[in-house]
Amino acid sequence: MLENAWVIPALPVVSFFVILFFGKRLPSGGAWVGVAAVALAFGLSLVAVGEWIARPATLEVEAAHAAAPAEAGHGEEGAQPGHTAEADEGAHGPAEGAHDAVREPVRREVTWFSNGPIDIKVGIHIDGLAVAMLFVVTTIALAVHVFSTNYMADDPRITHYFAGLSLFTAGMLVMVTASTTLLLLFGWEAMGLCSFMLIGHWWEKQENSSAALKAFFTTRTGDIGLLVGIAILFFAAGQTFDIATLNDAALNGQISQGLLTVGAVALFCGVIGKSAQFPLHTWLPDAMAGPTPVSALIHAATMVVAGVYLVARVYGVFWEGFNIAAGGVNLGAVIGGVTVVIAALLAFVQTDIKRVLAYSTVSQLGYMVMALCVGAWTAGVFHLFTHAMFKGLLFLGSGSVSHAVGTFDMREMGGLRRFMPTTFKTFMVGSIALAGIPPLAGFWSKDEILTGASAGGYPIMFWMGVLGAGMTAAYMTRCVWLTFFGEYRGQAHPHESPPAITVPLIGLAVLAAVAGFLNAPGVGLFGDWTNNAVTLAAGVEHHAFSPGIALMSTLVALVGIGLAAAWYARNVGPHGITTRNSTARAGYTFLLNRYYLDHLYTGAIVGSIKGPIARAAYWTNQNVIDGVVNGIGIAARRGGNFVYDIVDQGMVDGAINASAAGTGAGGGFLRTIQSGRVQQYAAVFFAAAAIFAVVLIVVTI
Amino acid sequence: MIVQNLFFGMLATVMGLAAIRVVTAQNVVHAALYLVVVLGGVAGIFILLAAEFAAVTQVLVYIGAVVVLFLFGLMLTRAPIGKTANLDNDQKVLAAVVAVMLLGVLLWSQFDAFGRAILEPQRVGTTGMVGDSIFVQYLIPFEIISVLLLAALVGAIVLARKE
Amino acid sequence: MILNQFLALAAVLFCIGVYGVLARRNAVLVLMSIELILNAVNINLVAFGAFHDTVAGQVFALFVIAVAAAEVGVGLAIVLLIYRNRQSVDVSELDMMKG
Repeated sequence: MLENAWVIPALPVVSFFVILFFGKRLPSGGAWVGVAAVALAFGLSLVAVGEWIARPATLEVEAAHAAAPAEAGHGEEGAQPGHTAEADEGAHGPAEGAHDAVREPVRREVTWFSNGPIDIKVGIHIDGLAVAMLFVVTTIALAVHVFSTNYMADDPRITHYFAGLSLFTAGMLVMVTASTTLLLLFGWEAMGLCSFMLIGHWWEKQENSSAALKAFFTTRTGDIGLLVGIAILFFAAGQTFDIATLNDAALNGQISQGLLTVGAVALFCGVIGKSAQFPLHTWLPDAMAGPTPVSALIHAATMVVAGVYLVARVYGVFWEGFNIAAGGVNLGAVIGGVTVVIAALLAFVQTDIKRVLAYSTVSQLGYMVMALCVGAWTAGVFHLFTHAMFKGLLFLGSGSVSHAVGTFDMREMGGLRRFMPTTFKTFMVGSIALAGIPPLAGFWSKDEILTGASAGGYPIMFWMGVLGAGMTAAYMTRCVWLTFFGEYRGQAHPHESPPAITVPLIGLAVLAAVAGFLNAPGVGLFGDWTNNAVTLAAGVEHHAFSPGIALMSTLVALVGIGLAAAWYARNVGPHGITTRNSTARAGYTFLLNRYYLDHLYTGAIVGSIKGPIARAAYWTNQNVIDGVVNGIGIAARRGGNFVYDIVDQGMVDGAINASAAGTGAGGGFLRTIQSGRVQQYAAVFFAAAAIFAVVLIVVTI
Repeated sequence: MIVQNLFFGMLATVMGLAAIRVVTAQNVVHAALYLVVVLGGVAGIFILLAAEFAAVTQVLVYIGAVVVLFLFGLMLTRAPIGKTANLDNDQKVLAAVVAVMLLGVLLWSQFDAFGRAILEPQRVGTTGMVGDSIFVQYLIPFEIISVLLLAALVGAIVLARKE
Repeated sequence: MILNQFLALAAVLFCIGVYGVLARRNAVLVLMSIELILNAVNINLVAFGAFHDTVAGQVFALFVIAVAAAEVGVGLAIVLLIYRNRQSVDVSELDMMKG
């Protein structure tokens, strides 16, 4: 099966075309075609998992500390902090050193096209990471497909919905099996397209289509970085798109440090956009406008984890480019850590249950990115694995709830545990797993991340992670309390959902409960299965379970739950502080407005091209600047008593107004270019072509 | 050789002047007729280059079909047939500057690259060889072009028919 | 004959065509100017084919002629549609993409 793993992504592709062309003539709009294809893909993935586990570890890899000469400096620096950490903690894991042999990846490639001496190949690269992702994606996709057959049954566009769902799954599967960055990009962009189609599925409402556009454009912003990064690495690694070659070249020091850093940063821009990291995380909560199963698919298994997967896949580039082994801080770790904390804060002020989960996803993605960028590769991938299980479960659970009460607003829920016992129990499993209470899945993976951050020499990220763990537990307590406990506050007649909805919930709940044991201390299976040549060659340490950190993170989570429970259930604490205390109110408003980032993006950046800033600046120019200048003249004539005014008004405000006027003039200039007249565009285009040609001629002379 | 150069000189002069009239004429039908002159000149150039099949196709397709289409287009859009003053827009100067700039760049790079390289048509392109080449080496592009023409045909009908 | 006399003629036709595309208001006249550009390309193709003693230049010129015919067909259909909707084929009035 491993050699023929290309069948797994091909299945949903086939089902996409079948549904698209024949779906309307099939019973239930072709939904069962999609379910069947994904079920088959799921079965094949299970076979692939089995074969991978049974595969003997034959590929000998010299770990970095043993191969210092081959790495010419990088390796020595890289290995050093790891050793000291080991010495400090005595946490020399049993896996370390014993696994210099790994399972050899299965590769199959065909030439797509060749251009001169360059063969552009497409193919599959199946290793432990890809197999794990195949399992995750097909599991979640199967649950989502089954769930959707009931949830979307009455939708008039169910055919298009299932076609989009199939293509979405296919895009992710193509991406995880891709052997080249080009094919990876292909799957990545297919997902971007599908997220647009599915988030905007109910496009009759203006806000839904805006949310779809927002998701598309925000991720596109990051994708520019991805394209640039792929191009840089293509040339840096000797004109190849091959991911394994890229990783080797990065780790062997064939690419200069400067190029690697630029390439890693460019790729990371793509990650920031796709995986909704700060500051491009704003699209993900709005993407809740789509149907709930789509949200589950986007959040748990596809789309947003694509960015994390990219980091894990081309890890050699990030490892050297960000100089992860050095410890301290690096771009990826900082972005990840900041995302953990700010997204968790935002989750507290949401009233929409799906938005709470959305911010929770952003926060957890921050954990994954942070883990990868502090050198805890296995921990990051493992968190991706467990998170998919419990976040898919939570989203489908929220879908089941809304199916019953007809709204996502938690203010109109409450007391639902009596009406929907199955949903309640599975949702609790997911919440506890997310909160990181042992022994459920989230505990083990989150704990590994914290251990990795601590042992890898990233104390700041460690404390951000601990803070995030406490906040995660607290906002999930709030969410569960408002939804399932207390008295029912809505108008509808809640009822338990049908089996098509509860069966996927139960299946995911079981996985969310037990998945964590795969990499529990003393088991370590997940780490063994995903172990690969890249991380070994880079000298990534796998830090063993640390009881102290585990105890602390559990305590922090319990404290978070306790505080939230005290606040919401027992009514303890300074309630009403947001109405009494202006600082608290300001903070609350700040959070409600999502740090004003959306205002910044739409108001300042987009708006400046459209013109309002230009007009505002013109008004400022006419009224404020002129007024200021006149005022200064009068004040000066009156004998210079108001020197303070002159300094303040003349210099400080002048500088500000000048910059405003500059922005305004820029906006106004851009506005005249946007005349809508095709011939003017054509004139600019030809003129630019001529000028570039002149530049090229001058440069080559 | 002299004859060929003389012939080329005449053709080029006529084509250049006619082309300028195509883009400056204030009567749309005149513009279309000047276009016929330019297209015919191109066919003459093809003959000079010993590409008689391309020349014949040029006459058949361009002068025979495309120009007729243009004339129909002018009729159906009820373009003013008489002398009208407003066939040009207000960016004539900009357009002229851009065109001259492009011309400068093109001419400079052409003469820089090929200088006075001699061109002696060897009659490589007999019609038979063109046929061989199309139906053996370039068969797939040829088939794709036929699909493209079909698509254009259907597309044009769908676009232009009345609802 | 030298190669450059053909290339220069093509360049002149090309730039005249560009001028026409930029400066004409009537959409049909814009399409005519595009034909000038395409013919310039054809001259280049055939001239280079003769220069390199290969038949490929002619073959591609034929392909360009076929594509140009398709382009004119679809282009004029679009122009007719615009005329039917707006009673005008003035390109400079079509500024609905204005920002």
